[in-house]
Parts: sequence; structure tokens; C-alpha cells
Amino acid sequence: MRTALVLLLSITATAAGGSGNQSALNSQGAPAIHVEHLIIGITVVCAVVWLLVMIVLGWALLRKRSSDSGPPRDRPLTTIVSSAVAATVVIIAALTIASFYTTRSIGLPGNTALTITVRGQQWWWQVIYADANPAFSFQTANEIHIPVGQDVQIQLESADVVHSFWVPSLAGKQDLVPGRSNSLLLRAERPGTYRGQCAEFCGLQHTHMAMMVIADEPADYQRWIAAQRENSVMPTYADAAAGKAAFLSKPCAACHTVRGTSAAGTTGPDLTHIGSRQTIAAGLLETTRGSLAAWIADPQTLKPGNNMPMVPLTSVELRDISAYMESLK
Amino acid sequence: MNRSVVLDLSKLPPHGLGTASLTWWGTLAFMLIEGTGFALSIVVYLYLMSLAPHWPLDAPPPDLLPGSGLTALLIVSLLPNMLIARWARQQNLAKVRIGLVIMSLLGVAPLFLRVLEFPAMHISWDQNAYGSIVWVMLGLHTTHILTDLVETLVLTCLMFSKHGDNPRRYGDVSDNAMYWNFVVATWLPMYVCLYWIPRL
Amino acid sequence: MIVRDEVEDLRDTALDEVQLDRRLSETWSTPTGLWGALSTVDHKIIGRRYIYTAFIFLALGGILALAMRLQLSEPEARFIGPDRYNQIFTMHGTNMMFLFAVPVMEAMAVYLVPLMVGTRNIAFPRLNAFSYWMYLAGGLLLWIAFAVDTGPDVGWFAYVPLSGPQYAAGKRADIWAQMITFTEVSALAVAVEIVVTVLKQRAPGMSLDRIPLFVWSMLVTSFLIILAMPAIMIASTALILDRLVGTHFFNPAEGGDVLLWQHLFWFFGHPEVYIIFLPAVGMVSTIVATFTRRPVFGYLAMVMALVTTGVLAFGLWVHHMFVAGLPRLGESFFTASSMAIAIPAGLQIFCWLATMWAGRPVFKTPFLFVIGFMVIFVIGGMTGVMVASVPFDTQVHDTYFVVAHFHYVLVGGAVFPLLGAIYYWFPKITGRMMSETLGRWTFGLIFTGFNLTFFPMHILGLQGMPRRIYTYQPEMPWSGLNMFISLSAVILAAGFLLFFIDAIRSAASGPAAPDNPWGASTLEWATSSPPLPYNFARLPVVGSLEPLSNNSETLSVAGGLSVDRRELIVTSVVEALPEARESSPGNSIWPLWSALATTVLLIWSIFTPWAVVWGSIPVSIALIGWFWPKGTPEDDT
Repeated sequence: MRTALVLLLSITATAAGGSGNQSALNSQGAPAIHVEHLIIGITVVCAVVWLLVMIVLGWALLRKRSSDSGPPRDRPLTTIVSSAVAATVVIIAALTIASFYTTRSIGLPGNTALTITVRGQQWWWQVIYADANPAFSFQTANEIHIPVGQDVQIQLESADVVHSFWVPSLAGKQDLVPGRSNSLLLRAERPGTYRGQCAEFCGLQHTHMAMMVIADEPADYQRWIAAQRENSVMPTYADAAAGKAAFLSKPCAACHTVRGTSAAGTTGPDLTHIGSRQTIAAGLLETTRGSLAAWIADPQTLKPGNNMPMVPLTSVELRDISAYMESLK
Repeated sequence: MNRSVVLDLSKLPPHGLGTASLTWWGTLAFMLIEGTGFALSIVVYLYLMSLAPHWPLDAPPPDLLPGSGLTALLIVSLLPNMLIARWARQQNLAKVRIGLVIMSLLGVAPLFLRVLEFPAMHISWDQNAYGSIVWVMLGLHTTHILTDLVETLVLTCLMFSKHGDNPRRYGDVSDNAMYWNFVVATWLPMYVCLYWIPRL
Repeated sequence: MIVRDEVEDLRDTALDEVQLDRRLSETWSTPTGLWGALSTVDHKIIGRRYIYTAFIFLALGGILALAMRLQLSEPEARFIGPDRYNQIFTMHGTNMMFLFAVPVMEAMAVYLVPLMVGTRNIAFPRLNAFSYWMYLAGGLLLWIAFAVDTGPDVGWFAYVPLSGPQYAAGKRADIWAQMITFTEVSALAVAVEIVVTVLKQRAPGMSLDRIPLFVWSMLVTSFLIILAMPAIMIASTALILDRLVGTHFFNPAEGGDVLLWQHLFWFFGHPEVYIIFLPAVGMVSTIVATFTRRPVFGYLAMVMALVTTGVLAFGLWVHHMFVAGLPRLGESFFTASSMAIAIPAGLQIFCWLATMWAGRPVFKTPFLFVIGFMVIFVIGGMTGVMVASVPFDTQVHDTYFVVAHFHYVLVGGAVFPLLGAIYYWFPKITGRMMSETLGRWTFGLIFTGFNLTFFPMHILGLQGMPRRIYTYQPEMPWSGLNMFISLSAVILAAGFLLFFIDAIRSAASGPAAPDNPWGASTLEWATSSPPLPYNFARLPVVGSLEPLSNNSETLSVAGGLSVDRRELIVTSVVEALPEARESSPGNSIWPLWSALATTVLLIWSIFTPWAVVWGSIPVSIALIGWFWPKGTPEDDT
């Protein structure tokens, strides 16, 4: 048991050190930072209380008892127990106030310059950058770019079942509830890629419903916005051009949109700039020509039960479509 | 361990009546369970109402006649119901028999009005959430009328059988009367909820 | 065959001990053979059955847990696919909550409460038999469905719309919802029995301030069941209606609401935690008193804490919905109320500590489990305070932190006391002692295995690992801890295996137990181990909170009861003054027929609403058969 405890402690230490970019203990945005302070504060208070209770427990059980003295009187015990209850009340009240204070520090979303709508779908994230000018509006999937150091309001909706939007390094989670609209304040203090994933069980592939929040410096962010507003690029190489033709003639276009082409399906993710995204299939695979081909060839093996059917393609068509997808930067 | 007899219970009655009856307490406990269910159904009704842009959803308020008639009938039935409880306490077999026949009829009569209540809602259960909750509330209460009716019918048969003249049976009759009071009492807030809240 | 007229109304006062035992045995015993087994209404036989069944479900649920740990031991493992995994975690939660935790606590009460209040059978013994058959049928329904790959896969909470008509095709979700009906009917029935037994069948003189703390805890628990379970009945009925006949309770497009389900579910679901925990509090109090050789410090405070916890339990449900997007003000209220429940819990802990300090502890296995409970449950309480805070909860909700939290609460807070209770009451139930040596090993393995398995989950949760995922990618920093947890789970499983071995071996060949092996002071120890069918040859009369400690040589009893019929005493609610001699119903097969008819109705109604109409006919017939007088002595007055 001793060795096991030592092992536990060492693993705990290493694990807490390398928390990665999807961790409440590696907060990189104001809302998450406030909560991390609260987590540490409450944990320390609770640990101290637990330790005190354990010390009293050990003492109560193991203290030396004189052999002949009668049973101790209850009166001093009543005082001690009452004081302990009073101390509990004080600690509980203090923690409650600390919690309220943290909620206030985080503030409410609403007065932000930038609002992004995220719609949960089984099992991917539809991301809508709406603009007063419809020509400037665009959609992407599973990848959200935000400018560093700026409050961003995320409008959360669901197309089917309850999901939960959670990017722990930036903020706590918030559910996406069908028939309702929720909002969440998101903010990153430093540029970087922050991973998040669905936190509310949403069916067969709840496991594979991740997204990336990418915090850009303002100038990079503006460049990204400008690029996303553009229609899809025309393929420059022959294989990609053939891929585009295959894409439009096969059932692909019935579910996917590629702006600038006749593909205008809305069931699946918008693919206009899929080649510019870091991952495909909601964080499942890194975006490469190979992974695109693997995914298109047999989505049901990689992510069993997802809504993309296996479309029969020749090996040439598969290669061309993958090349086309990769070219959609 | 030695036992020393310190209490002589031989003079106690061989069967408890009223609050000394276990079934009386059991009936009370079941009323608490079902009462909670009724209360929750009203809460669900009010909750759905609070979310709706207008209420009732896509339907006119229910017609008052069948529901009000049923309410009046239920209230009237309380009188013979109280009488039968008294006769059961007096263990008056002849009167209890008459009372049970009357209560059986008074259990059947509301069902005819209840059949008219469903169409009076002007909405079907599968049209929207308003339709769903009013049908479920009516259905929930109807099952209670039916349950008590079946119990009353069985008791009527019992009281006309050789098992009838028995303090235990009189206890059952008065517990059944208490349950009917409950069926009536739970209907009143549901009646207000179903018929008058949509008119507010 | 005794002609009844000859011995009209024979009373126990006219008989010596040997004759009395013989006459009472004739009146109260259960006939041997299958028919006797199926028609018995003896609370001890039914209680034992309940306990065995619940522990079988515990073992099955544990196997599911091990399967999940196998799948999660390494990233992208392929032992179990997503469909089966979703069934497994749904089954694990559903099974542990509805088929193990609640029933096992009620089962202990079915066995113990009548003995502890000094009566001969539970109130409504036939309802008790019925409740067991319903419980068994519900459990079989769920597990058979799982065995044929139709197990529910929507989580034990079955959130709509995932469990609704649009996203859960097939019958999986209906089986979940109808299993709820079975277990709730059974739980509600037992709750009614316990309430009436405690209020009306206590031994003469057992006034409210002399009720053992375990009995108090079961009384409060039973009221929680009565007030909480209708919510889940309404919710699951509405779900079935949405799925079967097209109502729109949870359909936002037609005026329904998704969060309505969550409100109803958690209005039941949070009290459910206390329905499981409060009986454990009673068990801890009982064991602490016995093994510190003194009554629990602060009896009145303990009772008040039980009642307060029960009341507060209904004001906490929204803390399961802190990230659902409810109004900020409401959330603040529920933070405060959720924090406040730590106060009665703390009071109980302090009272036990005071008892231990003032007493003379004897470190037997049941007491070891209580010490383990103190260590683990206090951590669970602390993490409970953490998740009561809205901002804290937004980071840990639906992560492994919460998995760790509620296992600390439910395993630490309820299973540890339960295992202690099994070691403690095993001699009374089986007439044999469990092994002290194996008991210590069992405790050591379970305590170590539990903490090594579940403590690291707190860290995983904070590191961003959500619940209910069937795998994770190798680039996530979770692999090491997951492997460690899976290996630790083997230690935990070994502990439980040892417990089962000890229990089975001891039941068969353990040393015979005396009436009162621990020197305890409550009434169940005043009769033989195991008790005879009538529990007490002469019903005890109580003069203090500890009827066996003040006057350990002789037991005060009452006389004058009839021995020709099953007879017990009804007493007043507050002071337990005798009000009447009352008969207790005899054995009957009709509860079984009623349960079978109800089972047919409920399962049939998954497929067509007409089942409610046609299925209610056999149910009515069975119920009439149940209640129709048979001219037995019990029916006489």
C-alpha cells in the first residue's frame, strides 16, 4: 500500500504538471483564470478541514483511556460539537460568498463586439460568423477563431440533442439546449490553440465531438476573417479539378456546401475552407490528404455511427476528391 | 434471556379502527404519493404555460359545461360518502349496503361526463404540449375515479356476501370513503387549473 | 388439525414457553417447498431475498465497471465499441441506482425495522411480497434486454431529446423508462410499509425519543421516497407517452420543453442521493454505538439532522443543471442551499467523532468500515461543496471530477456503511458469523482499491476529461492516470470478490452466532439468530433508548396476545401506547399473480397503449383475489 501511495503521488505530480491545452488547471482566459483561483482556494480550505477532521478522528479512536475513570460527561462535548458546527457554518458562508464573487468577476456575456453562433450537431460543431452584411457572413466547423484579449460572446444553440460547449482553458462549460439559446463569454489572453470537447452525453459519437478555439493576434484574426469570407478557391492542379467535378456529381454536394460551387447542402459541415482547418471530423484526425482520403473512403470505421454515409468511389475519384478537399484553403 | 411479563394486552380490541387501523395509515400514505403526483402534474401545466407565448396553445379555452357538471356531481357525492362513513362506524350493515350501491352509481355517473370532457378541451394529446398535459391530467384523474369505482363495486359485492358483517369490512368501507374524498379533493385544484387558468 | 372452537381465542398467557413456541410456529411459519416460497409474506424471508438479489445486481454492475475500465485503460482501445460502451455505462448507472443502492437499503429495512421496533411482521406483508416480485421483474427486464443487445444507451438520466422519439429509435429507451416504473412501484410500496410499521407497530413504550437511529433514518428515507419518486414516475410516463402516442411534453417545436425533463428528473434525482445515504447514516450510528460501547452522542441532534437533510434534499436539484443556462438568481439560491446541506452532514460527523472520543472503541470489521466511511465520505462531502459553487461546477460538471465526487459520496457514504452493516447483522440474518480475518482483508483491499481507483479521477476531470466517452486520443494527457485507475480497479474488485467469498462461505459453514454476539442494545438482538418466524415469542416492552443495556438479564414483555391467528400490537404514533391487537395477513400467492399481471401490462404497454386497457383486467382480477377474504383466522375480529 505504501508503494502504491508513492506511485499515486508521483503520477499525480506529473499529471498535474503536464496539463495540456484542454485543462481547467491551465487557464489562459479571464473566465477560466477566475475559476482556477476559486478551485485552488476552495480545494485548499477543504483539504485543511479534511485533515483536521482526520486528526480528530485518529485522536478520538487511539487516545489513551484511563482504565478506571467513569464515562466522560457530555457537557464539554456539547460545547465542542456546537463550536464545530458553528465553524462549519462560517466556512460554508465564506465559500458561498467566494463563489458569488467569482461569478461576478467573470461577468455576463452580452456587451461584446463579437458574437459567434455555435450550433451543436450530432457530432460536430457548426460555427456561424454572422455579419450585418450577408455577403460577409460565413460558416465553418469545429474550429473557432477569436482575437486575443477580447471578450467574445458565443451564442449556443442545438440542432438536435443537448450538447455542452467546453473549452476548459478559456472558460467553464455551457449547454446547448434544443429550443433554447444560451450564451457564454469566451476570452483568451494569449495566442494559441485551445482544445475543447462536448461535455454532455449526446449519443453514439459523443466521444468524438471536439473543437479547436484558435486565439489569433488581431491582425492575424482579420486576415483569417477576410480569407474565410472569400468563396472557395478554384483548383489549380488537375487532380483537384477532377476532384471538384467528382465531388459535385457524387452525393457529397447534397449534404455539404462549398461556396462558389453548386454544392449547397446543409446537413454536413460547410467545406468551403476545409483545407485551412487543423482537424477534420470534429477533432478526430489532423487535416492531411491522407486523413481526408481515409475519412472519405470509410467514415463509419473511423467514427462509427456518424451521419456521413460511405459513398462508393473509385480509387481515382477518392484520390482526386481528397486532393480537392486539401486544396480548399 | 429471561422474559418478564410487565404488560397485559388481553383486553385490547382484536382489531384497530380509525387511526388505530393500519390500512387507514396505508391509505393515507398512498394518498400522499398520489397527491404528490397530482401536484406535480399541475406544476408541469403551469411550467409549460410559463414558457408559452400564449395560453392555451393553439386552442380556445375548454368548454365549461362538462367539467363544471362533473365537479358539481363530485361535490354532491360527498354527502352520501360522508353518510356511508358514518354508517360504517356504526357498523350498520343494511345502511352500508344501500350506501355502497349509491356510491357505485355515483362512481359511474362522473365517467359519462368525463367522456365529454376530453372533446371539450378542443385539442388532442398529440397536437402540442398543451394538449398533452390536459389529456394526461384528465387521464390521471380518471384512473383514480376508476380505481375507486372498482374498489367500491368489490366492496358492495363483499357486503352482500357472507364476509360482510365484520368490523374489518366496515373499516374497509370507511377507508374507501376516505379515498373517495381524496379523489374529489384532488379534482378541485385540477378543475380550476384546467378550466379557469386558461381564461385568466 | 386443531378444531378452532375447542381452543377459542387461546392467549399466550395460558402457555409455557415450549407450548408457546410450538403454537406460534404453527401460526406463523412458511410452508416448505416451492409453493411456500412463492407465497410467503415473512418479512425476513422477503428481506433476505431482496438483499441477495441486490447484491447480485451489485456484482453485475461491478463487472460492467471493470469492462469500462478495460476499455479506458489505454487510448483508442478497441475492446468495446461505442454502441456497447454506451449501453454499458447506462446499465452501470441505472443498475447501481435503481437495482442496487435504493433496493438494498430498503431490503435492509424490510429485514431489520420490524425486528428493531419489536413487532412480528412488517405492515402490509403481502404488499411487501408484491414489491419484491416487481423489483425482480424490473431487474430481469433490464438485464435480459441488455443481454440481447437492447439495453438502454441514453445514460441513467435519459436526457431528452436523446431519449425521445426522434433520436432513440427502437425500444431501448422504453425499456429504461419502464424499468423505472417497476422499481419505483416496488420502492414506493416498501416506503409505505416502513412508514406504517414505524408509526404504528412499535413495541409498547417505544416513544418517538426511543426509536433507534437506524429506524429514524429509514422513516425519513421512506418519506423522501414517497415525495420524490412521483416526479420520476411522471417524467418517465411522459417520456413513454412522447415515444408511443406522440405527446409533446419534451418537444420544443410544439410547446414542450427539454429542460422540463431535467427539472423532473433531478427533483427526484437529488433526493435519491439522500434516499441512499440516509439509511447509511442510520447504519453508521448503530455500528458506532455498538463498537464504542456507548449510545451515540446527541440523539436529538442526530434526528434533527436527519429530518433537516430530508427537507433540504428537495431544495438542491438545480445544482445538477448549473450549466443548462438557467437564470443567474436561481442558480445563486441553489448554490446557497447546496452548501447549506453540509451543515447537518457536518453535525452528524461531529456527533460520531464525539461518540468515538467518549467511548471505548472495539476495532471489529463493521467498525473498520465505519472508519473507512469517515475518511472517504468527508472527501465526498468536500467535493460536494465544490460542485455546489456555480463557477467551480462549470469546469467540473460532466467530467471525471464528478465521477470521483459521487463515487466518494455513494460508495464511501453508502456502500462502506452497508458492508459494515452486512458484517454487523450477518449473524442475525444467517445465524452464523463472518470471518474476522477475511473481513479485515476485505476492508483493506476495498479501502485501498477504492481510493486508488477514484481519487485520480478528480485530477482527470480537472485535466479536461469528460464523462461518458468510450475512448480518448493518445495526444490527450490522460493515458497514465487511466491505466493507473484501471489497475487499481482490480484491487477494488479483488476486495469485493473476497467479500462475496467470505459471505457465501460463512453463510454455509461459519461458526454459529449467539443471540447477541456484539453486545448490542437494540431489540433485534433480543431474539434468536436467525429469528423464528414470529420474531418474538412475547412482544417486548420498551422503557429506554437501549432496551437491552439497562436490564440485560431480563426482557420486559407484553402478554395476552392470541396465538391462533397472526397477531401483533398496534400502538399510538407518539408514545407507542397499545391501541389494539391486530392480525397480520397470512401467506398468499396472490401478490405473485398480481406482480405477474402488472409485469405483463407494463411490458406490453411499451408496444401499444391498448395494453393499459386490456392488461388492467388480469391486474384487477389478481388484486380482487388478493383482497377477497378467505375466512382465515386473520380475517376474524
